Amino acid sequence: MNTAALIERESFVERSARARVSGLLDEGSMRELLDPFERLRSPWLGLQDIVTQADDGVVIARGTIDGTDVVCAAIEPAFQGGSMGEVGGAKIAGALELALEDARAGKPVVPVLLLETGGVRLQEANCGLAAIAEIHAAIVALRAHVPVVGVITGPVGCFGGMSIAAGLCSELIVTREARLGLNGPQVIEQEAGVDEFDSRDRPMIWSLTGGAQRHATGLTETLCNDDAQAIAVQITRAVAEPARALARTQEIDASLKRLRSIDPARRAEAGWVREAFKTEEFGTTGSSS
Amino acid sequence: MNDHPSQRGRTWLDALTDKAAPVDGYPASVRVVDAPLAGHSARYIAVVPDPDSAFVRARAGEVGLEQGWAIAQAVREVCAADRDSEDKRPIVAVIDVPSQAYGRSEEAFGIHQALAAAVEAYAQARAAGHPVIGLIVGKAMSGAFLAHGYQANRLIALDDDGVEVHAMGKQAAARVTQRTVEGVETLAKTITPMAYDIRSFDSLGLLYRLFRVENAQAPAPVDIESARTALADALADIADTRDLGSRLNPGRQASVEVRKRLRAQW
Repeated sequence: MNTAALIERESFVERSARARVSGLLDEGSMRELLDPFERLRSPWLGLQDIVTQADDGVVIARGTIDGTDVVCAAIEPAFQGGSMGEVGGAKIAGALELALEDARAGKPVVPVLLLETGGVRLQEANCGLAAIAEIHAAIVALRAHVPVVGVITGPVGCFGGMSIAAGLCSELIVTREARLGLNGPQVIEQEAGVDEFDSRDRPMIWSLTGGAQRHATGLTETLCNDDAQAIAVQITRAVAEPARALARTQEIDASLKRLRSIDPARRAEAGWVREAFKTEEFGTTGSSS
Repeated sequence: MNDHPSQRGRTWLDALTDKAAPVDGYPASVRVVDAPLAGHSARYIAVVPDPDSAFVRARAGEVGLEQGWAIAQAVREVCAADRDSEDKRPIVAVIDVPSQAYGRSEEAFGIHQALAAAVEAYAQARAAGHPVIGLIVGKAMSGAFLAHGYQANRLIALDDDGVEVHAMGKQAAARVTQRTVEGVETLAKTITPMAYDIRSFDSLGLLYRLFRVENAQAPAPVDIESARTALADALADIADTRDLGSRLNPGRQASVEVRKRLRAQW
């Protein structure tokens, strides 16, 4: 890439949730639902002397992308680590449920999920977990009608129950800066010890859970630079795809076979993991089989 | 590492199925049993401890890589077998899962995708008309619960001190929220969704039924009867419904309010 192009390039990672959404939607088409002036705040954070936010860190907007009706749900990475509380969770689940009603009525609305989240907001634990189960249910139901597009770019990455939501999306678009994993590094270190997982070892963490590795192992479909325009191009393509069954969750036999073929006692390294995913056909690695 | 993992899942699975033999072809940690439920044939699934598992982080009943994929297999097997049948077999998730598996290999080999496979299998079974019931007999924690039970049409639970639902264990929750364990426990007393006990969870309106038992560890015949009644009632209550709508009620006021306003602006 030449210097001029690099200077022109705009980061997606550095944008707020609202700026990410407005940059994706067709000019003049954005209509935010439950915007900050609705003052739908977390009912639980204030009780714990934690500052609330008037949109609870989630932006829901309807609009079009190159003419396709979409609903964007974007999690704000700068508020409480993008964690899912009751209100933010209900905004995403509720939007997906309404999109499902429309899809069933023959008016397809394609969900685009911008996932920057540590998972459940622990200050609202069981309300967040319940909302995430509802988000899962809605994604699976929607996929029978429309593609559900997931985007993880960083800076937070996508963890906890929301990493499962990512695993349910029709297509996942990630950057090298993104991370995708069930358990965050601190939690693994706390539960399993620093020898198992050193939460300060950032190169190791990205080598195993970073966007490039997830793409190389077929756990995401699209790897993109942190370039707002390039990411928009990929999202525009993805929302126009037809609905289809998801290979990533259907490869049960191949996945169990892989687990039986590896030595779980061996310390996982990126290269070995890539090899293990290559040894048999796995639907999403790009092979035509 | 847990030296004495809970056997509640195994115990209740055996009790409800009259110790019927498990279906072959599953790892020792995922017990799959076909047995009657209220006059229907049904499939019961439990994740149980396996001290010999090659995956050391998933020996105490955690939901790990193998368990996620094996649950998906157990659920999909029933869906495939009943595909052309009007009569869709009920599926009962017997739930006692202390956590998901926390480990380096787990993350490296995509535990989130294994759990997604389990979630999708349950959700698609429910959508296809299989009544799915989650029976919580011990711990229902975090990602493990999402993968094994939280997609059920109805959740029922034993009213017992050893029955807990939460998003994270206390130690880790304290670290992530930069509190002490005592601080987490104090807040759990006043902030309903932060509590671990099943009665607090019930007050969020997420359970179809909470029922008392004399002995949750070693159920008496009357306890097993209570569980069977609760399962049968849940089955009848599901009837033709296929979504999770029954969970939305005044127990979670904000969740209801958000949806109401969202619909108005949609």
